[in-house]
Amino acid sequence: MKIGILALQGAFAEHGKMLDKLNAEHFEIRNRMDLDKGFDGLIIPGGESTVMGKLLRDLDMYDNLKDKVKNGLPVFGTCAGLLLLAGEVCGEPALGFRTMDIMVKRNAYGRQLGSFYAEEEFSGIGKIPMTFIRAPYISHISENVECLARVDGKIVAARQGRQLVTAFHPELSDDLRVHEYFLTMMRGYHNKDLFS
Amino acid sequence: MEEKRYELNKNLAQMLKGGVIMDVTTPEQARIAEEAGACAVMALERIPADIRAAGGVSRMSDPKMIKGIQEAVSIPVMAKCRIGHFVEAQVLEAIEIDYIDESEVLSPADDVYHIDKTKFKVPFVCGARDLGEALRRISEGAAMIRTKGEPGTGDIVQAVRHMRAMNKEIRRIQNISCDELFEAAKQLQVPVDLLRFVHENGTLPVVNFAAGGVATPADAALMMQLGAEGVFVGSGIFKSGNPAKRATAIVQAVTNYTDARLIAELSEDLGEAMVGINESEIELLMAERGK
Repeated sequence: MKIGILALQGAFAEHGKMLDKLNAEHFEIRNRMDLDKGFDGLIIPGGESTVMGKLLRDLDMYDNLKDKVKNGLPVFGTCAGLLLLAGEVCGEPALGFRTMDIMVKRNAYGRQLGSFYAEEEFSGIGKIPMTFIRAPYISHISENVECLARVDGKIVAARQGRQLVTAFHPELSDDLRVHEYFLTMMRGYHNKDLFS
Repeated sequence: MEEKRYELNKNLAQMLKGGVIMDVTTPEQARIAEEAGACAVMALERIPADIRAAGGVSRMSDPKMIKGIQEAVSIPVMAKCRIGHFVEAQVLEAIEIDYIDESEVLSPADDVYHIDKTKFKVPFVCGARDLGEALRRISEGAAMIRTKGEPGTGDIVQAVRHMRAMNKEIRRIQNISCDELFEAAKQLQVPVDLLRFVHENGTLPVVNFAAGGVATPADAALMMQLGAEGVFVGSGIFKSGNPAKRATAIVQAVTNYTDARLIAELSEDLGEAMVGINESEIELLMAERGK
């Protein structure tokens, strides 16, 4: 099982370190050629969603990756990654794949002074550390989307089929459980031979 | 400053990695930068090349001008204050700037002391020419480091020199024995605990960008291959013939900094590059400010 980490901009190396600790094979996706290497899961890291949205198109990767996600490639998006999977972004155009039936508010907690740390329940895992950096939250989800965590009443983690998103950054903590959750999710589908 | 806040501030720099931070002087330029793929903008009244040309005392920008840029874009907005000018920093914090650059590009306000950055909630980035300067700024509370380079010249030589000096010293510190760290800390004039971090991890404890003199996609890729985690581009973009195209090309070159074929394509037809001044031709070395 191999995971591709989108490495156009942002905190992709941090995700790689988490996967190293879990002994999961991974590589960085920086251009069109990398998309042909074959992978069973995709991580879209934190960073600036405007930058990644633009580079996906400039580097001619957008359609190919969107097809993969639409066809069921398991994907895990954190912060900017969440924004790139969201169907709608409040008050601005959604720049990403729009494959999840969620509405997201960008920079929902304001500028850097609004960045914060919390510890809250994550469904099926328990209490986990959550680091929010100029973070979004999910303002609305459809019935087919499962809410996995809330902070102050706002949805900050969700899952729709093979798509997992968090508004916070599990890759900035030492807690491996959200990444483990994603690996388990991937394996579930892998074993069904949906991907080989 | 509480420990968590400092962590959050270092974390924001991590989110900027692999990106390009561009100097802008108007909301219009800020929008061009954002559309070209800047991961943040640096709001300032005059870009370094013009500061250099104008001479005189250069200060923090008008807060109203900075606010105009904050309203124009959704990406993080940074702004510069003078070295040691903690009231300019307080003003920038009051308007909720995302990052303060305590910068040698402006005229220093204090020729001895830097700002005690631990007193602030907003993060600071500071310039450094070598490991000693970098760790001194970090001990003062900087959450991000950049090379000083030589701003406003379009000449990459100093940024290269600073990045190489930093990497060379990091390698040296990695290879000395634990009991030699105390003497090394004394020589470098830095706290031993920060030096121990470098010894154990082989990196700075914060994100390290390149800055000063980046003018072309190849310059940006050069700095990335030398170990920068991202790039600041000051005068290089809006002092060139086609800012939007050059900015877009530099962004792509930073993402695919080892792909020479792509960088070749990106370097075609960019229009006139910033004219540039050699370091030997300039009278004022900004990198000499604030050690």
